[in-house]
Amino acid sequence: MSLLELKSISKIYGDLHALDNVSLKVEKGEWVAIMGPSGSGKSTMMNIIGCMDKPTSGQVLLDGVDISKESDRNLTAIRRDKIGLIFQQFHLVNYLTALENVMVAQYYHSVPDEAEAMEALRRVGLADRAKHLPSQLSGGEQQRVCIARALINYPELILADEPTGNLDEANENIVLEIFRQLHAEGTTLVVVTHDPEVGEVAQRTVVLEYGKITREIHNESFEAKTAPALAEARN
Amino acid sequence: MKFERQLARRNLSRRPVRTAALILLAAFLSFSVFAGSMIVLSLQNGLESYESRLGADIVVVPYEARSHGTLESILLQGIPGYFYMDETYLDKVRAISGVESASPQFYLASASAGCCSVAVQIIGFDPDTDFSIQPWIRESYSRDLGDGDVIVGSGITVPKNRTLRFYNQDCRVVASLDQTGTGLDTAVYANMNTIQALMAGSQTEGFDYFGGADPQRTISSIMVKVKDGCSIESVANDINIHVRHVEATQAKTMVSSIAGGLTNVSRIIGGLTAMIWALAIVILILAFVMISHERTREFAILRVMGASQRMLSGLLRWEAAFISLVGAVLGVAVGALVVFPFSSLIRGKLDLPYLMPGSGVVLGLLVGSVVLAVAAGSLTSAISAYRISRIDTGLILREGA
Repeated sequence: MSLLELKSISKIYGDLHALDNVSLKVEKGEWVAIMGPSGSGKSTMMNIIGCMDKPTSGQVLLDGVDISKESDRNLTAIRRDKIGLIFQQFHLVNYLTALENVMVAQYYHSVPDEAEAMEALRRVGLADRAKHLPSQLSGGEQQRVCIARALINYPELILADEPTGNLDEANENIVLEIFRQLHAEGTTLVVVTHDPEVGEVAQRTVVLEYGKITREIHNESFEAKTAPALAEARN
Repeated sequence: MKFERQLARRNLSRRPVRTAALILLAAFLSFSVFAGSMIVLSLQNGLESYESRLGADIVVVPYEARSHGTLESILLQGIPGYFYMDETYLDKVRAISGVESASPQFYLASASAGCCSVAVQIIGFDPDTDFSIQPWIRESYSRDLGDGDVIVGSGITVPKNRTLRFYNQDCRVVASLDQTGTGLDTAVYANMNTIQALMAGSQTEGFDYFGGADPQRTISSIMVKVKDGCSIESVANDINIHVRHVEATQAKTMVSSIAGGLTNVSRIIGGLTAMIWALAIVILILAFVMISHERTREFAILRVMGASQRMLSGLLRWEAAFISLVGAVLGVAVGALVVFPFSSLIRGKLDLPYLMPGSGVVLGLLVGSVVLAVAAGSLTSAISAYRISRIDTGLILREGA
């Protein structure tokens, strides 16, 4: 069973078909990049998969459950329990430290656990910056806090929106390396990006244009590079 | 809820300037409510006290009372004054139809000189006929006032030896009266024998208050009680018509002229209080709405993390409750520091009877002001919560608002 399945979804704003009869399957443990130019429908798809919007028609199955008709309250619960969100602009709460930002996600999911939140920061290489406010962190560090926050509740799906859009090359590499590790551990990743380099490192690239999927590219070099590591991680 | 509290605390403590500004605004609100209400209540209380202390239906004074300090200025402002008329007027007033009883009073001003402990108004009354002073003297002193004894108003400090010296004559202070909020608080009360001895003393000391008249045969005012069923106004008119050189004024008129002034002052203070209060609430609401607008992205982030509308409302409620509670306590404390120690100054400036309400009313006002400020805070948080309930999380986060 696929972790995520979009069945003929459309999203219509007046005369504009932001998404037009799109179907897509994402398997558990898969790393999919969604690419396309501005206005192609990437954002709309991201919002629908991230339970922040509903399609006008069609079905969205997440872990076998149709979420396209769920109430806002249920969508909040589904997003909280199953999805980890990473944003281009990081979206950290600016009056909370890095550690507290991670613990906020824990609180709304279950119970805040400082040791576990600290471990998540350690995993993204930010243990020594735990007590810093977002304004005291670089863009790359803020993005890593955002990743730690997305990971803290062990989501089934990581949904990243232009995760390297505001980062320099060095920080982009750090973030992509973290994604590689997550994928190797079996985490499902859906990354929305317009950056070909970010798209290329994914297992599969889905190209959106004018609200329709026009191409799907299977990255063979990805399989060659990551298959052994993936097998090892899964064993 | 504990976590919302923590979040609220973090937000407030890490934005100290904004938090301080909001607290000051809430403090301003509660200060205006508390101080304004205290002043208005004190004025009303003072008027009631004045009315009850006057105790007569009609007050008769000589025409000269206008030039030698009016009865009102003696009674209200405590400005020592004196005016005299022959005691024969007492019988003339008593002879007017409708007068049930008439009792003389004598006003003597003590001097700011070595012969007197303090410069105050000394009021003498006839214990046999008095009906206006003794009833409330009885509240503090149950026995008859002996010769040489005085009772003092609450505003007069009694020396350790409980003796005050007027015109080189020692008077024993037997009791202090309750506060009235009028000039009566700085007056001294004595019976006619005592005051005649003081009058004689004043003449010995060279003070000529009587213009050659015999002090033993002079009085200052006549308090009149009208018979049941008779019109006070008619009796006052009759006195004015039939007794020459005096002026009879209805006590009600004296009170109502003050009440008129008091109503105006109360209206101004009440209006200002309401205006400040409304302004502070509007500013507080605007401030919270602007802040919640500025924090839209933060709320969207928390929504994405899994916070429900209720949780976000709880967060806003905690912040508003904290700000308004701290602000209210601060405002009320500053209000108390202004209203209590400066009550004499306020009374002097207002030139009206001013008597602070009892501790129960003050306590109620303290609590009420705090509750009102917290309620205003809750209202602002509810408005902010309504605003954030309408945010489009996905749109805001995508737009990076």
